[in-house]
Amino acid sequence: MSRVLPTLQKRASTLSSTREQRGMLGRVPVAFTFESALQDAGLYPLRPTGIDIFQINVGRKCNQTCRHCHVDAGPDRTEMMSDAVMDRCLEVIESTDIPTVDITGGAPELHKRWRELVIRSRAAGKKVMDRCNLTITLLPNYAYLPEFFAEHAVHVVASLPHYRPKGTDAQRGDGVFGESIQALQRLNALGYGDPSTGLELDLVTNPVGTFLPGNQAGLEAEWKRQMERLYGIRFNRLYTITNMPISRYLDFLEESGKLNEYMERLVTAFNPVAAAGVMCRNTLSVGWEGTLYDCDFNQMLDLPVDPRGPRTIFDFDLDALSRREIILGPHCFGCTAGAGSSCGGATA
Amino acid sequence: MSNTAHDHYYNSHDLPRFGEIGKDAPHLADKFFAWYNAVFAEGALTEREKSLIALAVAHAVQCPYCIDAYSSDCLQKGADTEQMTEAVHVAAAIRGGASLVHGIQMRNHTDKLGM
Repeated sequence: MSRVLPTLQKRASTLSSTREQRGMLGRVPVAFTFESALQDAGLYPLRPTGIDIFQINVGRKCNQTCRHCHVDAGPDRTEMMSDAVMDRCLEVIESTDIPTVDITGGAPELHKRWRELVIRSRAAGKKVMDRCNLTITLLPNYAYLPEFFAEHAVHVVASLPHYRPKGTDAQRGDGVFGESIQALQRLNALGYGDPSTGLELDLVTNPVGTFLPGNQAGLEAEWKRQMERLYGIRFNRLYTITNMPISRYLDFLEESGKLNEYMERLVTAFNPVAAAGVMCRNTLSVGWEGTLYDCDFNQMLDLPVDPRGPRTIFDFDLDALSRREIILGPHCFGCTAGAGSSCGGATA
Repeated sequence: MSNTAHDHYYNSHDLPRFGEIGKDAPHLADKFFAWYNAVFAEGALTEREKSLIALAVAHAVQCPYCIDAYSSDCLQKGADTEQMTEAVHVAAAIRGGASLVHGIQMRNHTDKLGM
């Protein structure tokens, strides 16, 4: 795959419209709805168990255009969180006891106030997770990142589909694998991935295709063995994440005539145990424009939180949001298939 | 049964019907599937290693159902197509080697019969 592809938005694809995406997903014939599956599992309506993770999507700009990206992120995207929204996010971080700040994008480090967000979140005593595509750390203006991560004990969650080049480059772009390995080696040299330093480095793998991820524990053991053997790289945990039928992955499914088959695979694999642990139950997601969402996936489908409560960062109310009803759709089957899937990997 | 079902011996839609082999002898099928699942569980070999072995054997016995099932399974267990291709070559090397090594028997016979 070429290094940088045009985004759906750049191509003026019909699927750059969230309404089109929701419509397409709604038309896929499924054996039962997500709501009915939750009802049978005794989980409907789905409500939060609390808010442990404050996930901030600072914008859609990215130096990569991965084929499976549910954000449709890329170099041509200009959406970036404004100062007003960033200021309010920082106020919320500093005034609540939500323990974890999870920063995502796009490539979140491209936001002009990303460093400030990290520094102030850490100063407020929060654990800070950064969802890093790794290659960003090799760009001249961002070469400071590994040292910055280490200095502020940022928990780095890095994407790598496979421990061998072929699948990684097929999904993320030519040459991405080699650069990712270089970036990981730099992080290792700073103490990342070494259990004695406390500097956490987790890897995220998405299937390079239309199959579901395998057993997370088994894959992690294999990955650790292979990453050490092949590249001398160590990491803490491997998260297996199911590809979500949203944006570019939805486009791929539709283009290749595999959408119905994939949705059937997700629906058939519905697991009530995984459903009980879905991330929307302990996460709140903030969009670049300040709207609140149950998760990053709902954000990308333009499905804000329950309208009966606060809906933007400017009317943030922790108690009210903790009582909200989570907004659902057919894409939610992506988080409940098999061992489940979340930003923290398997849920069952 | 429609005529279409007789058009060819192998139909990919039959793979998910594997469980139907239990009809008329469920006690035997139950024993087979219990054993089968135990064989593929993580043990001294990882699930991924067992899946790659299964893929190689599937090619050796040329079972299209098994090739279909274990191509998917290998990917899901974290193997990539390069590793899977090498597994197929292992199967092919054993098959080829098995033919060639029998050439020694041919030599034995010709040695007996020749001058």
